[in-house]
Amino acid sequence: MSSAVDRDLARHLESLRQQTGDTVKVEDIGDVVRALLTSLSGDVSASDLRLFSEVQNLANYIHNAKAEIAALRPQDIQQQYIASATDELDAIVGATENATNAILDAAEKLESLTMDVGGEIAPRLTEQTTLIYEACNFQDITGQRITKVVRALKHIEERIDALVEAFGPEVKDLEESAAPATADAPLSDEDLLNGPQLPDMAHDQAAIDALFDNS
Amino acid sequence: MAVDKNMHVLIVDDYKTMLRIIRNLLRQIGFVNIDEATDGSMALQMLRGGNYGLVISDWNMEPMTGLQLLREVRSDAKLKNTPFIMVTAESKSENVIAAKEAGVSNYIVKPFNAETLQAKMVSVLGEF
Repeated sequence: MSSAVDRDLARHLESLRQQTGDTVKVEDIGDVVRALLTSLSGDVSASDLRLFSEVQNLANYIHNAKAEIAALRPQDIQQQYIASATDELDAIVGATENATNAILDAAEKLESLTMDVGGEIAPRLTEQTTLIYEACNFQDITGQRITKVVRALKHIEERIDALVEAFGPEVKDLEESAAPATADAPLSDEDLLNGPQLPDMAHDQAAIDALFDNS
Repeated sequence: MAVDKNMHVLIVDDYKTMLRIIRNLLRQIGFVNIDEATDGSMALQMLRGGNYGLVISDWNMEPMTGLQLLREVRSDAKLKNTPFIMVTAESKSENVIAAKEAGVSNYIVKPFNAETLQAKMVSVLGEF
């Protein structure tokens, strides 16, 4: 860029600083660029114009993104949908726990009959109640799976929070919130709390035994 | 030497139904002195104040996890030799390895059955 343009640009920037201070809102960037392009004359090169044009396009892009995010009504997602889904899932946990306890009550009463019936019936009753106890494992597993879903919903909620905040006055926060996770960091205790795996991803007891014996 | 079925067993799980299931299964195979804790810190307090021959613990609990409980047990001069079976839905390879490195006696993945529980107890305690 030529020295004449440097001087002209510096003069316009100083004029802007006096009008708006050191901070320019994202939605005002387009106006600022437009004003600069209009006021500059003569010595502006083709590459300068391309640069200004790119800046203006970027400002328009951010402005449109903000409008689209606002149209999604992110606060509704947080306050209504996620809260509701979390409550529903908590209700499922409560209902399955109640049902499991009722099943266990009945199984324990059945088992207590073994002392009354005796003979061949008693061990058969015990065998069947054992199967009932084993089947009731489901409550723990489903409870943990639902807890994982609730945790995922909370994570989404936090990300929405961050997004809304980032598109507020401090646009530079966007870059800071998008820092990538470190892939090669050693596993912490928290990293090991994954909960139950999906059936096609999980190790069965034989695989666990093999791992246990060979590690 | 035969296993004393009167030994005190501590089962640790934050799901009360799971405590009840394990208690019933243990009772069916003849163990009668069974105590319960709902997280690692409660279990540790009970272990330090009691005389337990076996710990059967879940992993994923708050505020103290089963893994943290295991590490506390293994670093305690009085408790370090207590047999400790982890019963958990955490089935990733790194979980099993981490538990083994911390000194777990055996590892059962949920959902489990009575036969598996008994087999792992035999492997840890001996025939009963």
